[in-house]
This record gives sequence, structure tokens and C-alpha cells, in this order.
Amino acid sequence: MPAAQSAKRSQAVDIRVTGVTKEFAGAAALHHIDIDVRPGELLALLGPSGSGKTTLLRIIAGLVEADRGQVFFGGTDATSLPVQKRQVGFVFQHYALFKHMSVADNIAYGLQVRGRANRPSPAEIRRRTSELLDLVQLSGHESRFPAQLSGGQRQRVALARALAVEPRVLLLDEPFGALDAKVRKDLRAWLRDIHERTGKTTVFVTHDQDEALELADRVAVLNQGRLEQIGSPDEVQDHPATPFVMTFLGHAARFAADIRDGRVLVNGKPVPVGAPRSTIGQAGLYCRPWHLKPTETDQGHCNGTISGIRRLGSMRRVEVLRDGGVKLEVEVPLQTSLKVGEDIGLEILDGVTFRD
Amino acid sequence: MSDASTALLLPLRPSVPVATEQSWVRRLTIAVALAFLFLFLILPLVVVFVEAFRRGWEGYLAAFQEADAQAAIRLTLTVAAISVPLNLVFGLAASWAIAKFEFKGKSLLITLIDLPFSVSPVVSGLIYLLLFGAQGLWGPWLMAHDVKIAFALPGIVLATIFVTLPFVARQLIPLMQEQGSAEEEAALTLGASGWRTFLTVTLPNIKWGLLYGVLLCNARAMGEFGAVSVMSGHIRGLTNTIPLHVEILYNEYNFVAAFAVASLLACLALVTLALKSFLEWCHGADLAGSAIR
Repeated sequence: MPAAQSAKRSQAVDIRVTGVTKEFAGAAALHHIDIDVRPGELLALLGPSGSGKTTLLRIIAGLVEADRGQVFFGGTDATSLPVQKRQVGFVFQHYALFKHMSVADNIAYGLQVRGRANRPSPAEIRRRTSELLDLVQLSGHESRFPAQLSGGQRQRVALARALAVEPRVLLLDEPFGALDAKVRKDLRAWLRDIHERTGKTTVFVTHDQDEALELADRVAVLNQGRLEQIGSPDEVQDHPATPFVMTFLGHAARFAADIRDGRVLVNGKPVPVGAPRSTIGQAGLYCRPWHLKPTETDQGHCNGTISGIRRLGSMRRVEVLRDGGVKLEVEVPLQTSLKVGEDIGLEILDGVTFRD
Repeated sequence: MSDASTALLLPLRPSVPVATEQSWVRRLTIAVALAFLFLFLILPLVVVFVEAFRRGWEGYLAAFQEADAQAAIRLTLTVAAISVPLNLVFGLAASWAIAKFEFKGKSLLITLIDLPFSVSPVVSGLIYLLLFGAQGLWGPWLMAHDVKIAFALPGIVLATIFVTLPFVARQLIPLMQEQGSAEEEAALTLGASGWRTFLTVTLPNIKWGLLYGVLLCNARAMGEFGAVSVMSGHIRGLTNTIPLHVEILYNEYNFVAAFAVASLLACLALVTLALKSFLEWCHGADLAGSAIR
């Protein structure tokens, strides 16, 4: 890491959210959320719609007031600071660019509205604007209007505008939510790059688990206003804390399991999954498609009928309809002799157990 | 089959709507519509000007030489100059509150804003008279303190404000609802104060809708008859607005003067119409709220 970048990193502040609770019309949108965002970190708030992730982001920004709880930036309490004083850069899902202003005026807005004492000179504002246009690769577009830009370009202008005020933290609400798949992929890599270069503590909201896992240093998974788990992409994928995290991060099949003497049994047959000796009784065993292996009928832990085969990158996904009518997915090599309609057995190779 | 093949041979002109009716039906409906327009709009308008100029240019101008006519014009301008800005402020505040905030009684407020449209202007004038008139609820108190409201400028302004209340708000509410608050929120996160946000973000987004509302509000304020008629007391040279003055002249069989003064209102209507069409033509998208994102 070059010296300039590490210097920027050291200026980054941490964000601490403690006990934040918010109710909307009697229904709890957020239950006592505690999150620490480390200085310079890129954190994803991941969850389905209605999980409270956007509300949490807006509380951090100061656009929404929490009923209880506090927000700290770099150790100082920002809970009672109005949004104008929080020095956050906020990027909205639908860009929220000022329609009647040119790209350059949009970016310069945050500097123009400053009091005379803090406002940079017009020349300085122009210099900063063109620097930011360079950063978001939109040089030459300064006199365009938002309506003349593509979705991806608009979102880049929105980011440049947010960065212009040199915010302490950067907050992005579903930044790629309104864009098509190809542009999303490009912008992901580009955002990662911008984050590397600016070194700002960044929180972004997404409902797309791939986006969160690919982009973020750590992922906070929210569900129904509660924090289910916070951890690195590896941690949340390999050691999910709750069945919700397990199922939300990708396809997972659930098997009714019995735990006895530190062994996990499915349909009476042991599974090579460890379990603490102290836990005894019914549990759910959750398996990813690559945790399962097709075998001969009655040779595995359960039986099923193949209802479909799809190609997924360098592998094939086999859809299996279990005896109980439950559909699950199994990953097999590209070259496979399996056919739709065939009855097979399934062997469980790995999985995660959760007490019911 | 043959229909389809001829259709394919025809040049495609997307601007021409697909006609499903027979052509005589189309011609008949257009003719009926035009006949109505001519009979009820264009003909009366022409009559106004023909009657106004029946005694030539001198006769026309003479109607405005009269002191009472000049007083009526002055009063109408004064009433509009007071009530239109007040309605502008009210309309902005109401539509801002309705479009950007959630609060109890919001639907009641929207209904109340529409009330002047559904109440007969004469009734609204009467209500104010019952409140502020000499025999009214607050009349004795006002008399004792020498405050004149009924049969004076304040009463006329009150009645006009009531009647024109919905115009600005009605125009702005759907526009502001459609635009949402994201741009304002963006401005706030960038450090702009609430007032600054209003001036630099909200106002530019609604300016054409606002102008449109003010235009209609002004036309109604100058042309209002019923409510003002009840509240003014028809004191010549003092509390007669242009519409009231026209009525008096007409009742006195002074047709040329009546139509001459009426032609002022007709001109106002034409100018309003022209400006309105111009706004719709130039800024149609901004007015409908379907502003480009």
C-alpha cells in the first residue's frame, strides 16, 4: 500500500451503532442493533426487503431519527447531530441527482452551499470538481444534465457528489439496485477500487448476497429488524450463525436430524458432521448443493426423483424432488450420466446443524 | 386477409392514431364538438368585443374614463395583489406538508383544500358575512373597535382567498408527491440548510407548476363574482370590483360600457389561456410531474 493511501486509511473513522431501536406505526423496524464498523472498512448491510437495512443506514446518516440507541463517528456521539452536520456522503438508490443542474454543478453543490468562511474559492471548487470527475471516469461530461446520462453514469455522478464534501464516512443505499446486471458487475469492481483509493469507512445496503459477499470486507446480515450475524464473507458462509443466514446466503436443503452422542443422524444413518456431545435431540441439518452427492437408490440418507438439470458455470445443478415433496439442489460435475425423471439416493457429505 | 395486406402496403405513420370508427362517426363527433365550442365560447367572446366597440373606439375608451370604472380596476388589482401572494404561500406550505410529511389528519387537509371547489361562492360569501357582518358573530366587537371587514377591502380579500384557495395547492401536491424527497435529502446530506434546500432544489423543480397555479389563481381572483358580490356591498367607487362594476353597468342599460369593461376580463382570460398553453407546451413534463429522472 503506497504511503498516501495508508495516510488516508489512518484518517478513516469508525462507526459505532449501539442499541438502535426504531418503530414504525407500532411495528418494530429495528430491534436493539449493535454494529461496529472498523475504520476504513467496507461493510455490507445485507437482508431481504423489510429487514430494516435501509432504515439503519438512514439512521446512521441522520435522515431518520432512532427511537433509542446511539450512533458514534470516530468515538464522538453523533446521535443528536442533524444530518447537515454529520459529514456523511450518502448515495441514493435512484441517484437523487439535481435534475436542473449540470453534472459539474451537482458535484460542486456541497461546496457551494457552505458558509462563506468555509467555502473554497471558485477556482478551487472547479479544480476539485474536475478531480472527482476524473475519479469517477466522467471527464468531459461536466456540462451534461442528469437526463442525458445512463444509469451507471448517474450513479457515478452521485458518488462524486457525495465525495466532494470530503465526508467522514460513505453510506450507499442499494447503489446498484436500479441498474442492469452487466453495469452492476462493472460498478462493483469500480466501487471496490474507489474504496481502496479513498480509504473511507463505507457502509452499503444490498439485498443481493453475491454483491455483499464479493464486495464487502464484512457482511452484516439483517432479518426482520434484527442483526442475525456480522462477519467476513468466509465466516458468514462457512459458519452461519442462524438458519436464516444459511438459507439467505444461497440454496440450502434442510434435513430433519437426530443428534445423539455427538453424532448427527439423518433417517437413522450417521452423517460426517460434528456436533457437540452436550446437544441431544431434534435438529435441522442444512446442506449446500455441494454438500450432497447422488448415489444409488436406498444407498444414501434419502431418496428422490430428478426433476431438472441446469448448467451453472463449470458445474451442473440437479433439482431433486424428495419423497416428502421438498425440492432441493445438488451440484454435480459437468459430465454426468444423470437424467431427468431418474430415481436416485442422496448422500450427505457435510452441512451445518441448528437446534430447532 | 385483404385488409391486412392493404394495411401492410400503407406507409406507417405512428403519429396518426388508429381509427376504428367509420369516418362519418368521426366527422360527426368533431362537428358536434366544434359547434358547441363556437356556440358557447367563441360566439359570446366575439359578442363581447362587438358590443364593446358598438360606438367605436371613443365609446370604448369612454367607459374607462369614468371614475367608478377606474376605481373598480384599481380595487380588482389590489385584491389580486393581496390574495394571490397569500395563496401562493398557503399553497406552497400545504403541498409541502402533504407531499413530504406523514401526519394525522392529512387526508382531512386534502379534502378541506378542495372545499372551495364544491361550495357555491355565494354561500362562502354569506358565511363570511355571518361572521364579520354588522349582525354577524364578531360584527359588534369589530364595530366597537372600528375594524371594517364586511363591505370593505378586507372582506373582499377574504372572500377571494377562500374561493382561490385550491389553485396553487392542487397544482403542486401531485407534482411534489411524484418528485418525492430524495433530492431534498441529498441536499441535506451535502450540508445545505432547510431554506437553502428549498431555494436551490425544491423551488427549481416546481417553478413551472407554481407559475401555472398562480396564473389560474390570478384569473379566478380577478374574475370572481359570487362570493365578492355578497361581501362587497356594491358601494360604487369603493367596493366594486370589475365583475361587479360590469353587472351594475349592465343593469343600468349602459351596454357599451358594460361590455367594454367586460372585455378587460375577456382579455385577461385570453392572456391567461395563451400563457397556460405556452407553459404546457414548453414545460409539459414538469407540470405533469413526470419529470425526467
